[in-house]
Amino acid sequence: MSSQTQLAGGTTDVDALVRIERLNQEYAQRRPLTGVEFKVRALDDASLTIRRGATLALVGESGAGKSTLARCLALLERPASGKIWFDGNDLLKLRRRELFPLRRQIQLIFQDPASALNPRMTASEILAEPLAIHGEGTKAQRRERARELLDQVGLPAASENKHPLEFSGGQRQRLAIARALALQPKLLILDEALSSLDILNQDLILKLLTDLQAAYSLTYLHISHDLRLVSQFADEVAVMHNQRIVEQRATLDLFTFPAEIYTQELLAAMPSLESICAGRQA
Amino acid sequence: MENLLTVRGLTIQYRAEVSTRAAVDGVSFDVASGEVLGVMGESGCGKTSVAMAILGLFSGGRAFVSGSILFRGQDVLAMNEKSLRNIRGAAISMVYQDPGIALSPVMRVGTQVAEVTRAHKKWTWKRCCAEAHSMLGRVGLSPTDRIFSAYPHQLSGGQLQRVVLAQALICGPALVIADEPTASLDARSQFEFIELLRELKRSSGISLLLISHTPEIQASLADRILVMKEGEVVEHGSFDRVYWNSAHPYTRTLLRRDRRIAEGLPEPRREASKTYQLAKRI
Amino acid sequence: MRYITRRFCHSILLLIAVSFFSFALLQLAPGDFFDAMRLNPEISRQEVSNLRLEYGLDRPLPVRYERWLRSVLEGRLGFSLASNSPVAPLLRERARNTLLLSATATALAWLLALPIGIWAAVQRGRWGDRVCKFATSTILAVPDLLLFLLLLLLAVRTGWFPAGGMASASVDSLGTWAKAKDVAFHLTLPALGLALTLLPVLISHIRTAMIEALDSPFLLAARGLGIPPARRVLRYALPAASNPLISLFGYSVATMLSASALAEVILSWPGLGPLLVDSILSRDVYVVVAIVMLSALLLIVGNLIADILLFASDPRIRTE
Repeated sequence: MSSQTQLAGGTTDVDALVRIERLNQEYAQRRPLTGVEFKVRALDDASLTIRRGATLALVGESGAGKSTLARCLALLERPASGKIWFDGNDLLKLRRRELFPLRRQIQLIFQDPASALNPRMTASEILAEPLAIHGEGTKAQRRERARELLDQVGLPAASENKHPLEFSGGQRQRLAIARALALQPKLLILDEALSSLDILNQDLILKLLTDLQAAYSLTYLHISHDLRLVSQFADEVAVMHNQRIVEQRATLDLFTFPAEIYTQELLAAMPSLESICAGRQA
Repeated sequence: MENLLTVRGLTIQYRAEVSTRAAVDGVSFDVASGEVLGVMGESGCGKTSVAMAILGLFSGGRAFVSGSILFRGQDVLAMNEKSLRNIRGAAISMVYQDPGIALSPVMRVGTQVAEVTRAHKKWTWKRCCAEAHSMLGRVGLSPTDRIFSAYPHQLSGGQLQRVVLAQALICGPALVIADEPTASLDARSQFEFIELLRELKRSSGISLLLISHTPEIQASLADRILVMKEGEVVEHGSFDRVYWNSAHPYTRTLLRRDRRIAEGLPEPRREASKTYQLAKRI
Repeated sequence: MRYITRRFCHSILLLIAVSFFSFALLQLAPGDFFDAMRLNPEISRQEVSNLRLEYGLDRPLPVRYERWLRSVLEGRLGFSLASNSPVAPLLRERARNTLLLSATATALAWLLALPIGIWAAVQRGRWGDRVCKFATSTILAVPDLLLFLLLLLLAVRTGWFPAGGMASASVDSLGTWAKAKDVAFHLTLPALGLALTLLPVLISHIRTAMIEALDSPFLLAARGLGIPPARRVLRYALPAASNPLISLFGYSVATMLSASALAEVILSWPGLGPLLVDSILSRDVYVVVAIVMLSALLLIVGNLIADILLFASDPRIRTE
């Protein structure tokens, strides 16, 4: 199908939920005692597009700028220049009050759920918190919704009074996902959300995410350095290198015909399990 | 060939969790000289507890430990702290999962490597530093002068992991325990680190207890494999036998994940996954 | 370089602001130096007014402040009405005495607190730590006033220590070495007492910082590599714990003036403390302002020392 070869900007406005255009970000740092300023470039004219209802994987090495991009998209940081279009809105031009209802539609899930969840709150409180902030429902209704969410992510109802540290790693990540779902977002950004889990849990969480995507028409931006995993769940892949997006293609295309040299290097760097095992016999 | 390490009936019960099951329950295995034993299992299965027990790190009384751990014929569990100190770092070493927190943030990296030598040999500090320099070179870090005087926050994750490896190897131990050594690295650094370990295995005949839940890593390095689940040994044997002919369904889920995941996904994605495998066959 | 000049400018601004506010506040308080004289029936109202005019106490606030500022720049720091002399020479000797006492006590306190705090952290939970906690909370609970009075009592009853003053009456006739010994002898009790009051807070902070460092993962890693325990505590834990301790040290320096005030008053140590109390009570405005300024200066110096030490000791601050 022709939708396989979509480059950033090639999709129509109706299809694209997110369009990031030429994002630039730099951090100014000052050497202490001498006060000399130097700038660190975190994003260099980065552009990408995310289709509605699809999963885009953002891959690249550490330090390439993936997390910075995610933070800009989630409005945790303000980029130095560029545009971010979300569902037809120019996010960087809106004022606080107009932005508030949009914020709930973009949720971020981090790599380490233990530090992303307040250890002093119970699971039920953690899930009810975003609802309370956006003024939804009474306290009882929020509690009920928290129970629903726990059920949706496959956590037992009895865990509503547990604290995050009483859960296992995989369960904690489920809790983080449940919290992200509380406000019925359109876009979920997962920043290396699977990296700290062992492979069994990775599979389970991936399956959960796939199910949720089908049920709620979610769009995912999945940041990962693990190409193996990416090949299994992503519709499109964007490759990031040196703070820019090097290419963005449908998964199948990228893996069979990588256009950029850097992408080829990335793919070549990680042999598959079967090839390794085949190599052992020799 | 006499076994370097013999573990029989190892049981570890953490003091704080008397009501729940033991972290490690009746685990037995051997490690021969010059071989790589891979330990696989999901998080919480007890792998790290076993590693800590081999180093005698439970002597502080945090857990009830029973069974026997014979290293070169001597029971580690019966040794006092002083004898244990002679073994740790010199005969048995450990490489940790997160090198960033395994190193002191206010000491130079080279100094921290030299400290290990100083603790075990009666050399002058100058000689210890010289040895550290050479070790840093041998683990593939260069230029050694710059690395030696760098602080942990100035180095990348891959470099830090090599520093921790240098610490572990500098006194020429017989057994190195690597606990998820590549878990915090990105794909390329992972690959390079595995290559480093492979070269090490080839050139120095060191025994390696490799704890990792990633099948690709075990496939690259392990001679024999041990599968743990909830504190018990589920299966063990040569890697090839276990990979191709495992009787245990749990082992199969752990090891042969590519096939397993792909089955649950819709068509286009499955294709990409298979393509990825095809593209990677040697 | 820019950083240093910026720091310097901030400090000057701070000193000026402090001087102005303390000056203004003191003037706002009702009454002035000569009010005490009014109680004396032998001095007539007219004489008091004349004295006021003579000393310029009737001029408006900004004028007096400007004159005082000029006096500061000339190095005289204003005029003390009680002692009938410029403030500067008055302060010089007193400040020297206070610093002698404070510095000795602070050094003593830190020299004792460091090993005790480290030891308590290493012994955490065991009897040594518990004894330590009990002792420090006892000292903390006893009011400083009571502590100094007890020491005074001890001195008087046993005669081991002089009961006050900085030197014996015959001090001027002694040679330099003997003079120094005499002063040291008089210094012992106040310094010990002051050090004792500073000790509990220091020990508590050191212990906490060390415990946090000892619980770090890299300490466990060091243990796993066979590094001996003494080296782990001193080479690994202590440097990692030093950041909060350096800030604490800066605070120690900064509060040296105020910490010793009570000790000086009770144990008759001729420092700035008694002078400050007397000057406040007698409304000797310029002396008070000068002492307040000195205190602010010490605060600035303390912070600067802490910042420099932090820069020198923590590579994370130094390199980016």
